[in-house]
Amino acid sequence: MIGRDILGIEDLSRSEIELILETAERMQEIGTREVKKVPTLRGRTMINLFFEPSTRTQTSFEIAGKRLAADVVNFSVSGSSVSKRETLLDTAKTLDAMDPDVVIVRHRVAGVPYRLAEVLHAPVINAGDGAHEHPTQAMLDMLTVMEQKGRIEGLTVTIVGDIAHSRVARSNIYGFRKLGAEVRVAGPPTMLPADIESLGVKAYTNLREAIDGVDVVMALRIQMERLDGACFPSVREYSSTFGLDRAKLRFAKEDAIVMHPGPVNRGVELAHELADHRSSVILDQVRNGVALRMALLYLVSGRLKAEEAASAEGAGPKAAARRGGD
Amino acid sequence: MSRLLIRNGRILDPSQDLDAELDCLVEDGRVVRIEPKLVEDGAEILDAEGAWVAPGLIDLHCHLREPGQEYKEDLASGGMAAVAGGFTQLACMANTDPVNDDPSVTKYILDRAAKDSPTKIRPIAAATRGLEGQVMTEMMALREAGAIAFSDDGATIMDSSVMRRVFEYSTLAAAPVIVHAEDCHLRGGGVVNEGPVSTRLGLPGNPVAAEELMVARDIRLAKLTGAHLHIAHVSSAGSVELIRRAREEGVRVTAEVTPHHLTLTDEATMTFDTNTRVAPPLRSASDLRVLRNALAEGVIDVMATDHAPHAVYEKEVEFTAAPPGMLGLETALAVTLDLFRDGTLTPIEFVRRWSTNPAQLFRLEGGSLRPGSPADIVLINPDHEWTYDAGQGFSKSRNSPWTGQRMKGRAAATIVDGRLVYHHDRGVLIR
Amino acid sequence: MRIAHEIVERIEDPERLYLVAIPNGGVALGRILIENLESLTGIRTPLGILDTTLYRDDLSTRSSRPRLRRTEMPSSVDDRVVVLVEDVVNTGRTIRAAMDALMDFGRPSQVRVVALVDRGHRELPIKIDFVGKNIPTQPNEKVIFRAGTDASASAQTDETAAAEDPDPTVLELIVRESEGG
Repeated sequence: MIGRDILGIEDLSRSEIELILETAERMQEIGTREVKKVPTLRGRTMINLFFEPSTRTQTSFEIAGKRLAADVVNFSVSGSSVSKRETLLDTAKTLDAMDPDVVIVRHRVAGVPYRLAEVLHAPVINAGDGAHEHPTQAMLDMLTVMEQKGRIEGLTVTIVGDIAHSRVARSNIYGFRKLGAEVRVAGPPTMLPADIESLGVKAYTNLREAIDGVDVVMALRIQMERLDGACFPSVREYSSTFGLDRAKLRFAKEDAIVMHPGPVNRGVELAHELADHRSSVILDQVRNGVALRMALLYLVSGRLKAEEAASAEGAGPKAAARRGGD
Repeated sequence: MSRLLIRNGRILDPSQDLDAELDCLVEDGRVVRIEPKLVEDGAEILDAEGAWVAPGLIDLHCHLREPGQEYKEDLASGGMAAVAGGFTQLACMANTDPVNDDPSVTKYILDRAAKDSPTKIRPIAAATRGLEGQVMTEMMALREAGAIAFSDDGATIMDSSVMRRVFEYSTLAAAPVIVHAEDCHLRGGGVVNEGPVSTRLGLPGNPVAAEELMVARDIRLAKLTGAHLHIAHVSSAGSVELIRRAREEGVRVTAEVTPHHLTLTDEATMTFDTNTRVAPPLRSASDLRVLRNALAEGVIDVMATDHAPHAVYEKEVEFTAAPPGMLGLETALAVTLDLFRDGTLTPIEFVRRWSTNPAQLFRLEGGSLRPGSPADIVLINPDHEWTYDAGQGFSKSRNSPWTGQRMKGRAAATIVDGRLVYHHDRGVLIR
Repeated sequence: MRIAHEIVERIEDPERLYLVAIPNGGVALGRILIENLESLTGIRTPLGILDTTLYRDDLSTRSSRPRLRRTEMPSSVDDRVVVLVEDVVNTGRTIRAAMDALMDFGRPSQVRVVALVDRGHRELPIKIDFVGKNIPTQPNEKVIFRAGTDASASAQTDETAAAEDPDPTVLELIVRESEGG
């Protein structure tokens, strides 16, 4: 997998995901040591290219890189490329000239990591592109479920919230389905995207039905701007209809776990009491985030050698490598 | 007296229902004879080598960006791209800078075109001042200055009372009103067709309802006022249905469809290539099928490119920030010949929708090879295989999703007013 | 078992012993040694498993990153006499990587190495303190150690294929020419 772009769960095969999760499990142990560092990526350069600020994800990647002894460089780009008159192509070429071994990209708009990956010789890891995909989040979610339940095959997972605008939802839908779980989505009609069932999920507008007998309930973060009239009339109505609390959770299985990508809007998606409840694995998700990102950095960091790049047909240096995954 | 004899061609003239191997003699800028085996001494001979010989293509919808945005395109480069694509006449839209909402701008365009453009250019003027959708333009004065139709294309007149008055007044000027039908509120920030593809891409969707709503409204208003409504770039099956019913009721509605809506679906945007971002967006496979059938049936009357050049740095940005639009003049033939290749259109019907119908709809000269007609002629080789490189084309811009692809079908030669202005071996011939 | 006796003889304080096996090959041997040591000393020596993959010196020359193995270190290595357990030592690079890994876990008072087989093609100055057998081999041969399996078993792998839960009483040694370079 060296040199492979990790742009979305949609492009990864089941066996690739399983390899990544298995590797992440091994990386978990490093976080329990006194010296939380291994020399594996010593001398390698990792660039965090965050067009959209994100302390949590960026920090998680940074810690992951440093635990592997990589040199981590943070590029925070504010403003769109339009306002700065710098095209994405120029940004990519500039970065490429610095010979990084891996580039992590986050952008407010879907598709940017894909366009950058076509030009960069280093592998690109998508840290979130618009409402499209957030593959590392989905994989750390899957890792957490594996940890808690021992498997993913045969489980039922419900994702609740603003599905239409959520990259976490999409990546989790692809990921959990690829590994054999049944996935449901729930939210108000204004927050369910067109033809969502074409992704192989059942859509619900009734929370109780949606979580009836499920093993995992994943609540998504609501952007407050969407709750004042645009997609939903008020915070109060959202939390009473779709917010999770202990009472509603009783419709799920008794040992159901509650997940959330964070940060939690207490009282909106999750009742105050639930965020710290024993069924909540939110902190495990965060811890697993570092292990998962370490696993990816270990597996993919490294520029494609010149011969491999030259022999790849199609545009860009990594066209052939990217045609992986079944 | 200059004479040109085109021989060994297959004459396709929809205006005379003529499809035959005949020779064509041109004298002083006009077609004079179409007969078998003409022998004329003193005439310059152009050997068609079996190519189709048809009235030149007429594009009722393109953006030439002059005045004001010459970095994207101008009348010279647009004109050259046009003749290379087989077009002898272009109708250019008013969303220039300044907007073509004043006779002075219309005259400017005509003057510049006469000097710089190898193809004929007919300006479309704005329907409202500044394209703001509020105050009507001086349609009579604009008509007199040379405008052939009115349109706020690029924008939609959202205020229905304004739209009604524009339609009503247009009947005085006896000119068609071309509408870009898109409810801007429903469209919202939508950049791709709303559906399974927009859901997978996580990009904001633009539902067909946004177009259909406005098509329905404009048809009603056209019916109310008796205006000639021409719907630009129809993209959805629902719109086709509305047009069909309106026709049955006798409403004066005509419609156009672009090469890209006839051949590409929203799946083409899966690569996030901003050259596939267009307004209206590429739609679903079933919409595409309905559009092709509608064009064959005649519910849609013409094809038009909506040639929309943008600079590289404007397009090489994140998807939602890229201006919508793609080039069309140089690839129109190759792309739309697909409808001939799969049997949807016979050669003469193909030519009718690119030449005869546009001329008739907008009452323009051209679209015919009847003796006496201006000699605006295109030689089409439907089998010519070539690779399109937008960077090497005549257009100043490069925003085409077909760049780098193998194409089949091309203009072998283009003649405007009896003069050879383009030949595929020799390029564009400047006067 | 002779090796177990040697260890007991030469390590003064068996209470400070800590066996650290290098997966996959060292694990089976490690388990056998623990049993033997307990019957000799009465003390249950702790057994750690330490994957050295992340410390390898050849990661940048390979075309893909090797699969990681489980690491389980049940107690601290500080002040312990750590005995690294490998089935086959050849170039010595794995032992070097294991020592680097060990140092990140703490400060052992001594580090020793036990191996079942010494193939002898050292590329680094690593010595084995307790060895089962010296087997002279060609560099292109592979030595496979299997525990708890029948000699007639058909499943073959190129790497040491110790089952996760081998029968601790059975060991088997095979020398075979490896495919390719």
